[in-house]
Amino acid sequence: MNLHEYQARGLFQAAGIPMLDGDVASTPAEAEEVARQLGGEVVVKAQVHAGGRGKAGGVKLAATPAEAAEWAEKILALTIKDLPVTKVLVVPAAAIASETYVGLIMDRESQRPVFMVSAAGGVDIEEVAATTPEKITRLAVDPRYGLLPHQAMGLAFTLYQDFKQVRAAAKIMGQLYHAFVDNGASLAEINPLVATSSGEILALDAKVVLDDNEVGRRPDLAVLRDESAEDPSEVAARRADLSFIKLHGNVGCVVNGAGLAMATMDLVKYYGGEPANFLDIGGSSNPEKVVNALRIITADRDVKAILFNIFGGITRTDDVANGIVAATKEFKVEVPIVIRLTGTNEEEAIEILEGVGMPALNDMDEAVQRVVKTAQEAA
Amino acid sequence: MSIFVDTSTRLCIQGITGRDGSFHARQMMEYGTPVVAGVTPGKGGQRFDDSIPVFDTVAEAVQETEANASVIYVPPGLAAGAIYEAADAGIGLIVCITEGIPVLKLTKLMPFLRERGTRLVGPNCPGVITPGVAKVGIIPGNICAPGRVGLVSRSGTLTYEVVNHLTRHGMGQSTCVGIGGDPIIGTNFIDCLRAFEDDPATDAIVIIGEIGGTDEQNAAQFVTDQVSKPVVGFIAGQTAPKGRRMGHAGAIISGSSGTAAEKMAAFEAAGIGVMKRPAEVVTLLEAKL
Repeated sequence: MNLHEYQARGLFQAAGIPMLDGDVASTPAEAEEVARQLGGEVVVKAQVHAGGRGKAGGVKLAATPAEAAEWAEKILALTIKDLPVTKVLVVPAAAIASETYVGLIMDRESQRPVFMVSAAGGVDIEEVAATTPEKITRLAVDPRYGLLPHQAMGLAFTLYQDFKQVRAAAKIMGQLYHAFVDNGASLAEINPLVATSSGEILALDAKVVLDDNEVGRRPDLAVLRDESAEDPSEVAARRADLSFIKLHGNVGCVVNGAGLAMATMDLVKYYGGEPANFLDIGGSSNPEKVVNALRIITADRDVKAILFNIFGGITRTDDVANGIVAATKEFKVEVPIVIRLTGTNEEEAIEILEGVGMPALNDMDEAVQRVVKTAQEAA
Repeated sequence: MSIFVDTSTRLCIQGITGRDGSFHARQMMEYGTPVVAGVTPGKGGQRFDDSIPVFDTVAEAVQETEANASVIYVPPGLAAGAIYEAADAGIGLIVCITEGIPVLKLTKLMPFLRERGTRLVGPNCPGVITPGVAKVGIIPGNICAPGRVGLVSRSGTLTYEVVNHLTRHGMGQSTCVGIGGDPIIGTNFIDCLRAFEDDPATDAIVIIGEIGGTDEQNAAQFVTDQVSKPVVGFIAGQTAPKGRRMGHAGAIISGSSGTAAEKMAAFEAAGIGVMKRPAEVVTLLEAKL
């Protein structure tokens, strides 16, 4: 789960990482008030789950509180990468002497948290990693022992020459590691970490991605979820315990299992269609889940046809069939449905569906070809 | 022969009295899997379905029944602890079906397993089946058939789809391994490729990957360097958007890395036959055999 900058700042500050004061605002008036309390020049920053905020006009410098309000009004009207901006962060403008990058990620290959630090800060670190990887120092941390003091110092020495600054940066590395571990993060990033003109080391930005498996177990983290930043259909799906991602095509997909769900989307595309969504109804799917899935998919006006692709293992195909029948009784499904099912209890499932005049196919390719054709004819 | 699971397997089921554990225990027993013990703390001394002895700890189960493999069906909050316990009791093969273990817990667990030489398959996986011999996990036995194709996959139901095509076309399987959809897993593609390459009962290998990470790219390099048997592969998620987690915790394109296109290109470069759709597994294998 992605956090907003202001939320990530909260976690960093709780871990002791030095940052400038500042506050989040939802209206221009609030932004003006925060700017007045801070005094001096401020930066108004869009709070949205998207990179490239600066380029999109979502980060602006304001000399006065009135100017902060003006920028806040403009930024709050923005949509960045399809995401509406509903909050801005107002922080003092810092006098920056140098910028560095400090990031900590859960690395799949080494199966450890890995620090990545670079004296080339403030820029797109992926770009640095791709073009000049030698400018990035990597260090894998053994999670059984945590970040050891000499490791933190070693990283800090690659960023600063002044020993006081090295010590300050090393301390921040340790604090970042704690913030990462204590909150079950898969990414924690400071970009940039700056030396101010007075020599102080400060974190100017904060980015955190949490491990979804951790969020599910921790109410204190779950409250950080910003549902206003998500598509309403995805919020409804999560509440119904469905794994769902909205896409832009017109073929709705209901599938059991994430791999098969992806392969189904791919096959829709292969046969010339466009998938409207990713949807995994999960393993032990009860009929109610199928009803919810159909409700969410049919709410999308772009959907012209719906495909069920169910390979029964733990999932009982008769449960899915009962769900389809229940849904069509509960509300009118306006778009045609193509059903493919095979596996556990398929004879029962086919009988249930035939009872309501809905034929079921056995072959995935045949079903996908049919649903693509149906969607094209309806479009 | 086969890999990981064979006639010498003596299986212990952790969480045998739970809802999922008991259901799948019966399925595994019906399939003929040598289930020798169950473990549920506090229920030691009972018998599951009047036959399988239940123990309080894995150590007792090992001592009394010589169990050498374990499959875990306990909730995510307890699953990491169950893996530690099985490894500590000397179990050599642990298959963890449970989904939802925090990644940070796994990073601490992995060195513990390495130090003991324990193989973990999963977590968040459908398990391992050696058709006609034994199944450890949840892969439906009725879609598999004994034969000489080895299969390894990050997925569950997509595996069933591919296996179903193989079986219907008379291509049985030596062993099918679901390695799991999490970003950090115990057994990766290379471990399985190496085992299949060394297995005299396997003639060809099917590898089913998906977006996210670099496991498939590493597997392709391994095939180039060390695999002599024919390999065909599939990558799910060609239409997946960037930066979104596609169901599996590990199925996410970060920045521009981990895309299906990148992985398919790596497969091509390694001489792996790339399926454009799951049904092509049959024709591609036929061409290679």
